[in-house]
Amino acid sequence: MSKNNLKGVFVNGIFNENPVFRLVLGTCPTIAVTTSVTNGIGMGLAATLVLLGSNIVVSSLRNFIPNKVRIPAYIVVICTFVTMIQLFMQAFIPSLYESLGIFLPLIVVNCIILARAEAFAGKNPVLDSAVDGLGMGLGFTLALILIAAVREVLGAGSILGYQIMGNGFEPVLLFILAPGGFLAFGLILGIINGIGNKRRSKKIVKEAKAV
Amino acid sequence: MKLHVSTGPHVLTREVTQTLMLDVLIALAPTTVAGVYLFGLRAAWVICVSVIAAMISEYVWQKLMKQKASIKDLSAIVTGLILGLNLPSGVPLWMAALASAIAIILVKQLFGGIGNNFMNPAMFGRAFLLASWPARMTSFFLPERLLGNSQAAFGVDMISGATPLVPQKLGITLDIPLSDLLLGNIPGSIGEVCKIAILIGLVYMLVVKVISWHIPVFFVGSVALLSWLLGNDPLIAILSGGVLFGAVFMATDYATNPMQKIGHIIFGIGCGTMVVVIRKWGNYPEGVTYAILFMNCLTPLIDRLSSRRVYGMVKNHV
Repeated sequence: MSKNNLKGVFVNGIFNENPVFRLVLGTCPTIAVTTSVTNGIGMGLAATLVLLGSNIVVSSLRNFIPNKVRIPAYIVVICTFVTMIQLFMQAFIPSLYESLGIFLPLIVVNCIILARAEAFAGKNPVLDSAVDGLGMGLGFTLALILIAAVREVLGAGSILGYQIMGNGFEPVLLFILAPGGFLAFGLILGIINGIGNKRRSKKIVKEAKAV
Repeated sequence: MKLHVSTGPHVLTREVTQTLMLDVLIALAPTTVAGVYLFGLRAAWVICVSVIAAMISEYVWQKLMKQKASIKDLSAIVTGLILGLNLPSGVPLWMAALASAIAIILVKQLFGGIGNNFMNPAMFGRAFLLASWPARMTSFFLPERLLGNSQAAFGVDMISGATPLVPQKLGITLDIPLSDLLLGNIPGSIGEVCKIAILIGLVYMLVVKVISWHIPVFFVGSVALLSWLLGNDPLIAILSGGVLFGAVFMATDYATNPMQKIGHIIFGIGCGTMVVVIRKWGNYPEGVTYAILFMNCLTPLIDRLSSRRVYGMVKNHV
């Protein structure tokens, strides 16, 4: 495939088909771990690595995996990578490992990863699949950082652990609790879709005028 | 003679949203006056700020979204007033304003404006503050002045204290005379303490038929019954927290409770049960806010369960 196409596949995962804001996949970890930006980055990068690995392996095995057992086969591949990442984190970044908790092993059942294996890697060549995995992973990470930034600034008055709000600021505790996760996710999703819809309708008007 | 020909339903009443809301405002007047008398100027400020913030946020939002302004239907004022009455008198004014803005914009306008909110806006505003700043929201001031001949042992004015529910939660029986509970000589939110004033409001709303008696009676009744079964004094259970205020003014919000009478009964009992459950086993000493919000969310389900058979139709099997 051409270079242009690879770039398209990469950007697609970040904007047009952003897994969190466009496909609305993986909302469980999104709401659960976005209590701080550090957690968001950690979770996003872990998922990106798993996505990259599983996409490459699934794509290279796509001609050998029988269609009937493809889902279990994908899960085994994903499990392998998740276990690797989990052990790696436990060994080298124990604090992040602690704060992500159960949501790290739960990457196994993260819909984004299975969805990309099923929808993309199972049908496309290795290089494309790797680029798709990276794009999707980065899209996921950026979305987590965006939501986590809103929640951490409002809920704790800090970003990446540094206090940025003045002394008079009383943190809105709700935003680092679960309801705040739903609120922040819903509002950001709404705003992004609102902007997207506006741009799309402008484009349609423009095209209609051109015709 | 001029005949007006139209298809049904033929509305003969002059009642519109504005008159309904005006009735609610009149019903809220006694408890507002009592709250301001008991808690002083500070309470008046809290109420003013939340009402004005509610009106401004509704107006600004509708201007920004280019919607028809509905500020004249008084519903924003009712929301702001109920919210203000739900706050302790010592809460910072910016919190009252923030809660009003959240109630109006997040709960009411984002879901389609008046009549489309799925939970009570004022209740959500209060819940938002309660979850975000629990310490601020649970430090209640004692009344500045007392109504009538109080035998209460509160010597000092304006110290922060807990509502009578907190000692009860810790298993201590507090000896507060019934007259003090009824008149409002206890710490609590601005509007919830003076039970007599709330009852006057209830009677007014029942007389002008703004609400029916089902929800308040079943709400309060189930709280009393369950508290009694659990070994607490049912009178203290009803009169010391926000049960009466919640049952009269907030559980009866049209948009967020079921449509049928039988639904009202289920809704009332559900609210009462949740209040007692939260008081007994939850982390909070009082549970009226969350109980009403919880039942608000169940309202569509209750409506489905209690829907009446349409004449001539076979009851559909669920």
